[in-house]
Amino acid sequence: MNRPRTFYGKGIPGVATGDLKGKLVVLEGPDGSGRTTQIGFLTEWLERRGHAVEHVGLKRSTLVADELAEAKQGNVLSPRTLSLFYATDFADQLEHRIIPALRAGFIVLADRYIYTLMVRDIVRGADLAWLQSVYSIALVPDLVMYLRVAPQKLMERYIYRGRELDYWESGMDIGYSRSWYDSFIRYQSELHRTFNKLQTIYGFATINGMRVPRAITRDLQTRIEAVISPDG
Amino acid sequence: MPERTIPNTTPGKLIAVEGLDGSGKSTQVYLLKRWLELSGYKVFFTEWNSSEIVRSATRRGKKQNLLTPTTFSLIHCTDFADRYERNILPMLKAGFIVLADRYKFTALARDSVRGCPQAWVEQLYSFAFQPDITFYFSLPLRTALDRILVGRPALKYHEAGMDLGLSPDPVESFKIFQGRIHKAYEALARRHRFTRIDSDRPVEAIQEEVRAILRDRIDLAQYKVAVPRGWRV
Repeated sequence: MNRPRTFYGKGIPGVATGDLKGKLVVLEGPDGSGRTTQIGFLTEWLERRGHAVEHVGLKRSTLVADELAEAKQGNVLSPRTLSLFYATDFADQLEHRIIPALRAGFIVLADRYIYTLMVRDIVRGADLAWLQSVYSIALVPDLVMYLRVAPQKLMERYIYRGRELDYWESGMDIGYSRSWYDSFIRYQSELHRTFNKLQTIYGFATINGMRVPRAITRDLQTRIEAVISPDG
Repeated sequence: MPERTIPNTTPGKLIAVEGLDGSGKSTQVYLLKRWLELSGYKVFFTEWNSSEIVRSATRRGKKQNLLTPTTFSLIHCTDFADRYERNILPMLKAGFIVLADRYKFTALARDSVRGCPQAWVEQLYSFAFQPDITFYFSLPLRTALDRILVGRPALKYHEAGMDLGLSPDPVESFKIFQGRIHKAYEALARRHRFTRIDSDRPVEAIQEEVRAILRDRIDLAQYKVAVPRGWRV
């Protein structure tokens, strides 16, 4: 059964949803959860089966991606300003990438969506009702999957791959601790707790991300299949 | 109507001036500022102009025709939030009289004319305090248009509302656009209890009225410049 496509709220002025035939599939999860790897696998799988795929993510808008990157570098913006900056970036991609692609019948794979943006802000003290109103412009996806990985596991993966911890992904701007390790664990735990809270509102599927990549891919594929070919 | 507004709870006072281009509000707020400064009050002036970040993004947006009503609204709110949290809020907390030449109502009027749902924009800006006084410099649309079109013939793209496709002629487009902004302001004036000032009068008469209202509604004595305790020499 195809349910009619809707916005969370009033949506975008002048945009009708009736002809958005494609599918919007969202993969959420922290850095190091295997999101990028999985999106690569899924794209290959979908394209092999003849589906056209469009990719969107965070900080990828033509309009403000550069300015956003620059602003984050200096860490001079208040949480609310940064939050609105991300909302602008999201809205630009929504109007110029997601909606046209859905209209053309593509499967849009979103490497994170409004939920990561909301969760990050809530952890920094933002008001949920305000965020819900800001993001009432967003389209309700056909499927949202959240890759869950324990913070300790994420940390191991970071170190194992010889990557440095990222300032923002460690929540260093919040000031939990001067220790990057402690701050990272605390911040990622808070994010996870908040994701669980949003799960009860938005009802996304939680996927165990602590398995071998192929097992995760099969899990994701089953769920995507149910959305793109609901008849069997 | 979802009306989520927060009153100013800081020791400072927030005075906003709003009105059409050509309503004389900038002149009046300048004179108000000079009066307060020269009388020895703690006053801080801030005006609605875009930061470099927004300017560079809107430049690109315009060139590639990227800006939509939603992103136009969001990017300006981003800019406003930056100015609000960096300038306005700290100065209010420090107990200043903050004079804002255009405040969030400028955005509310403009964005709703561009087609954004009123409730969405109101909610977007709901983090910003309601001013203690919002002076609305009101005058007939015709008069405002005459003042602008005589003095400043080169209209900027968004300023003339060219993105709305009202008319290929910038001056014609500006006239229609300002007419709609005027209507939006009138609605906001009722909903947000603006203090309406008849702006179709001599500068001095208007300034006198504005000062009288300020004296009447604000206990100015609280805002005298003083040296903090322990720092007197």
